[in-house]
Amino acid sequence: MNAALIIESAIKSILLLLVLTGGFAYVTFYERKVLARLQVRIGPNRAGPGGWLQPVADGIKLIFKEELIPENANKIIFVLAPVITVIPALVVTAVIPWGETINLFGREVALYLADINVGILYLTAITSIAVYGITLAGWSSNNKYAMLGGLRASAQMISYELALGLTFVSPIIIAGSMSVLDIVRTQAEIGLFKWILYQPLAPFIFLIASLAEVNRAPFDMPEAEQELTAGYHTEYSGMKFALFFMAEYIKMIAVSAIGATLFFGGFLGPFVDRLPWLGPIYLFIKVVILLFGMIWVRATLPRIRYDRLMAFGWKILLPLGLLNVFISATATLIFGV
Amino acid sequence: MLREFARGLWTTFRSMFEKPVTIQYPEVKRPVRKRFKGRHVLKRYENGLEKCIGCSLCAAACPADAIFVESAENTDEARYSPGERYASTYEINMLRCIYCGYCEDACPTEAIVLGDNYELSFTDRRQAVYTKELLLEPVSDPSKTTPQQTPPGIFTRSIPVMQDDVD
Repeated sequence: MNAALIIESAIKSILLLLVLTGGFAYVTFYERKVLARLQVRIGPNRAGPGGWLQPVADGIKLIFKEELIPENANKIIFVLAPVITVIPALVVTAVIPWGETINLFGREVALYLADINVGILYLTAITSIAVYGITLAGWSSNNKYAMLGGLRASAQMISYELALGLTFVSPIIIAGSMSVLDIVRTQAEIGLFKWILYQPLAPFIFLIASLAEVNRAPFDMPEAEQELTAGYHTEYSGMKFALFFMAEYIKMIAVSAIGATLFFGGFLGPFVDRLPWLGPIYLFIKVVILLFGMIWVRATLPRIRYDRLMAFGWKILLPLGLLNVFISATATLIFGV
Repeated sequence: MLREFARGLWTTFRSMFEKPVTIQYPEVKRPVRKRFKGRHVLKRYENGLEKCIGCSLCAAACPADAIFVESAENTDEARYSPGERYASTYEINMLRCIYCGYCEDACPTEAIVLGDNYELSFTDRRQAVYTKELLLEPVSDPSKTTPQQTPPGIFTRSIPVMQDDVD
């Protein structure tokens, strides 16, 4: 690895972090606007033209808020928990490719940060770490609501991670590789229709389980207002609360990007083989559409009861996930890729 | 079950294309209802005299004890209201007021009326006490302001003659 490559990776990392944190700010705005329209309202439109400075105003407000640490809280873990939640959300997108290589200033630049050969394993491993932050936040607050929120988050994560993990198995089977880039290349090779046909249930299971993974409505049990006030972040304020908020929204972006990459072609699109710089644009459009889906579901469905959530995860999604793996394995074995 | 989900999603999706029901408040104001009870106004007669005679019945009727009235004697040289007495001090504490309208019901001269102004905001608790100058209806013609000099023997009756005795 020479110096130029290190600089290139550093630039790409910083770019990715900036896109994610900026994306976080504007996903909150996007959500508020879309949710408002779904509820026949207008949404934020005061700060700046059309409300476009609303995320900036929110950020400034949160920075100047008082940072409160409860007296009997475990201070070190209390401060550390938001960080533990937000870091995995930021680093998980490192293996998502945005495109093939482009020629920039006479240099072949790959439009992905890392193409590791166990990319899928990396995804599942990193996304699971985030729940430690949530559970520790609930525990260290020394607050019963926060504690219950944290416990629910971990129970929910365990239940839905299984179904989510099983949906990752079918792309691995079909592509014969755990590298995310190889999976996207296989999709380009066999076509998206055939790709979905070989794993007909996987996109649906993924979309449902990913909602539970990022604690979004209708699976937002860890922060169910009616029962748990604000759940695991009851005692958090100021920038520490903002970090949890950031983690939630960046995870939304991350799972949308993962879903788009694994099941909807990722950076693939018309003419992308001739004009590789279109890749990030296609990925962006797909992420925006999947985010819209998440907000749309939030605007439509009420929160489901906790035991139903567990029953749905274990009794419906898990068997369906196994069935999906069986279908794609059989299809790959009989018809080949 | 899937059909119900689809129907729910379709319903919310369709509502995206409806006209928003939001009223953009400071720019657009929805007119209040006819019987809306907002900030109080002390009314005047057509000749500019105040309707309030300082009887303190509103203060007695007020369940929140928000009204304070002090009365003084009218003279023909400096007349504020018909009859013998007028309210020299009239204060309503808008933080105490519950906008029930009992003062309006109690008033024998229909002097105090709950108006349509709901935009009350203060930066200081003292500002919440509305004095008579703030509550009194403004006059169109400066000559009709109180106190007025009036010919003797006309404004002897503090309560106006009722138009319909049965009322």
